[in-house]
Amino acid sequence: MIANIGYIALVLAFLSAIYSAVAAWYGNRTGKPAWVESARNATIAIFFLILLACVALIISILQDDYSIEYVWRVSSREMPTYLKVTALWGGQAGSLLFWNFLLGTFTAASMVINWKKQMEFMPYALIVASMTQIFFLFLVVFIENPFTRLDVIPPDGNGLNPLLRHPGMIIHPPMLYLGFVGFTIPYTFAMAALMSNRLDDTWITSTRRWTLVAWLFLSMGLILGGRWAYDVLGWGGYWGWDPVENASLMPWLAGTAFLHSVMIQEKRDMFKMWNMFLVILTYSLVILGTFVVRSGVISSVHSFAQSAIGPLFFAFISIMFIFSAYWVSKRRSSLTTDNHIRSFFSREAAFLYNNFLIIAILAIVFLFTYYPIISELFTGEKGFVGPPVYERALAPLFALLLLLMGVAPLTMWYRSSLKRIEMSIRWPALVATIFVAVLFAFGVRSWGALLGFWIVGFSGILTILEFWKGTRARMRRGENAGSALTSLLSRNRRRYGGYWIHIGVLVMAFGIIGTELFQQQTQIRLQSGESVSLGNYEMVFNQVERYPGPDDLVITEATVDVYQNGELVRTLHPRTELYTRTMQPMTIPNARSTISEDFYVLLVDWEPVSPDEATFRIFLNPLINWIWAGAIIFAIGTLIAAWPDKREEYIVSTELVRNALGTAD
Amino acid sequence: MRKNNRLLQMFLIVLVLALSAVSAVAQDDSQNRTVTDDEVNEIARDVYCPVCENTPLDVCQTQACADWRELIRTKLASGESKQDIFDYFARQYGDGVLANPPRRGVSLVMLWVLPVVLILLGLLLFSRYMRGLRVSEPDTAVASGPNSAMTIPPEVSQPAPDDYLARVEKELKRTDE
Repeated sequence: MIANIGYIALVLAFLSAIYSAVAAWYGNRTGKPAWVESARNATIAIFFLILLACVALIISILQDDYSIEYVWRVSSREMPTYLKVTALWGGQAGSLLFWNFLLGTFTAASMVINWKKQMEFMPYALIVASMTQIFFLFLVVFIENPFTRLDVIPPDGNGLNPLLRHPGMIIHPPMLYLGFVGFTIPYTFAMAALMSNRLDDTWITSTRRWTLVAWLFLSMGLILGGRWAYDVLGWGGYWGWDPVENASLMPWLAGTAFLHSVMIQEKRDMFKMWNMFLVILTYSLVILGTFVVRSGVISSVHSFAQSAIGPLFFAFISIMFIFSAYWVSKRRSSLTTDNHIRSFFSREAAFLYNNFLIIAILAIVFLFTYYPIISELFTGEKGFVGPPVYERALAPLFALLLLLMGVAPLTMWYRSSLKRIEMSIRWPALVATIFVAVLFAFGVRSWGALLGFWIVGFSGILTILEFWKGTRARMRRGENAGSALTSLLSRNRRRYGGYWIHIGVLVMAFGIIGTELFQQQTQIRLQSGESVSLGNYEMVFNQVERYPGPDDLVITEATVDVYQNGELVRTLHPRTELYTRTMQPMTIPNARSTISEDFYVLLVDWEPVSPDEATFRIFLNPLINWIWAGAIIFAIGTLIAAWPDKREEYIVSTELVRNALGTAD
Repeated sequence: MRKNNRLLQMFLIVLVLALSAVSAVAQDDSQNRTVTDDEVNEIARDVYCPVCENTPLDVCQTQACADWRELIRTKLASGESKQDIFDYFARQYGDGVLANPPRRGVSLVMLWVLPVVLILLGLLLFSRYMRGLRVSEPDTAVASGPNSAMTIPPEVSQPAPDDYLARVEKELKRTDE
């Protein structure tokens, strides 16, 4: 009964999306605003209908209704309630429904919020937004229906995949989806701008916050995925250059390029065509990314089952691509500019170099990610591209990008900043060199690491100097340091939020260099009482215990004592968990974390384990906690940059003045 | 005759001794060589499981992977080098299973040639574009101090079609700095 309500709600939502597109088109064509308003109301209705469907599915899960295939697939009677709720996105059909829910929420919200301010856009925005919604609702109504029934009702369900039963995994998909779905909004408004031929900054400024918030969620989703992999997946790393990881990274890269590039358009009225291209690219990569994850086209540890949605995604991407290309081409003349870049050392040029590097990184990640498919097409065998290949190719590009990050704030708009740069970089370069010399004295010999640390130090000092200069300028006007910094941040949110984010990135880079280049590991079989050394640590194996856990778990837990320089510093408990119903094993590591490194221990579960004999794999990960610390700094910076700003409201509201004057287009 | 017998006996004894010495040495080579897990993992890390999903052999949990790891261990114990073992896996299961694909065929083109070509092409287009945009007139006299953001660049000071609108735009951009 509830499932029927849920399914009918989805069908109605699908029909409403079609209605919304048609009504908006008709109202625009015939000049009858009532139809356009009706189309907007349809998006609100769609939001409620999908919400109803989600609630119906959650209730079915909570009520253990195993007549519904999806419930059987992802839930079981013994699962705790909070896991049953998160099982909504634990499988293919449910996660598509969840995607639809977020899309419905964002679409309705963006239409309502922008209704008065961007009236000319609305009909077109509604059409484009509806196109995306029609596609995703089609998938969930006709292809991957979460409310399909089973003919024979099983007594109990499979239970959620053990990998998904951890806090990190609960929040990682919603974060990513929020990021993905968030990026559809700038695309919608960009297309609306093209279609309505209003190609000034309006579409950018009105979607600026959406873009930044989507980018924040996507960034957090990526970082949380890394943290969860490190904590739970048990291979000792946080990023494997797995195709599905890359599929989420690529829209992030395009989005980063877009965030920077729009600043050139706002300041110099240039690169309108390029910004259009970037926002279309970001949107396409979002859809492509969702396609890669859902269709199993590239085999990956992430992929869900293969299904018929592959060709459909391909068709949708092709349609949207042709649609976007058509409109860009049609409005080509409005996207050009007479303005020029006047210097290779101006701020416009710096943003361009930034874009070049990011797109180069994107192209390489794209090439390597889809290489297995191409190689299979040509040679019949699937190739794998491992992390070393990615790192070798991308390290120089990222290094240049970090260097640019430090130097770019010194550049000025319109003119050559070479003199200013030369003067400003002298003592930061010196300090960075001293820093690296100290590292060298302490035994660091890897040239790659030394260069990387130099760049991080150099750019870090330059970025912190920006805060220092700004705060000091305000202090000269009589404020004290604290309020000077606060008002600096609140009055220039985008700029200093951006610099704050840069600092977060540099801190993360510091951690990444440490972990990637100086990681040590060892694997060894130990008897009770035996020990193993790694670095200046010694680990003594005590014993193994086996006991039942909640749900259908059997836990095998080892106790080890960790000594550093002879002193006992921690007792760790790496364990393996076996979900007896599905016979799925999980290896949960345990680590001792300090600011300088992690001592990370895994119980190797494919070797036999007895109460006094076990195999361990140990990693020494230097500087890894700087990555997580940097991520927190990053998140704070994005909040600063995205926080609503009264002054910005003023700027956006003066769009009304422009409209009243009549924009000369 | 007896002398020849003695000689033959001597020869046989020496031969047997020599052979047993050789075989003892050969046996020592493979039996004294205990291969640590770390050595196995060093190779297993760079070989992908031919049948699992994108998993290297050192973390793969299936029986097949355990067997492959044992195979690596045996090969190492009998003295094969790292490269020998990589070559073996490439021969058996294709170049694709190696994390560092050898530089031939499709992998050469896609993983080495294409990135370099794309980046060079990108640089070429980029520098052409930058050069094309560059206006040849020298920078008109503008102050290069910290307040230089206040000066008005030439293109904006020219009379815009809608003068008021241009001034509004300019003002907005200035407050946005």
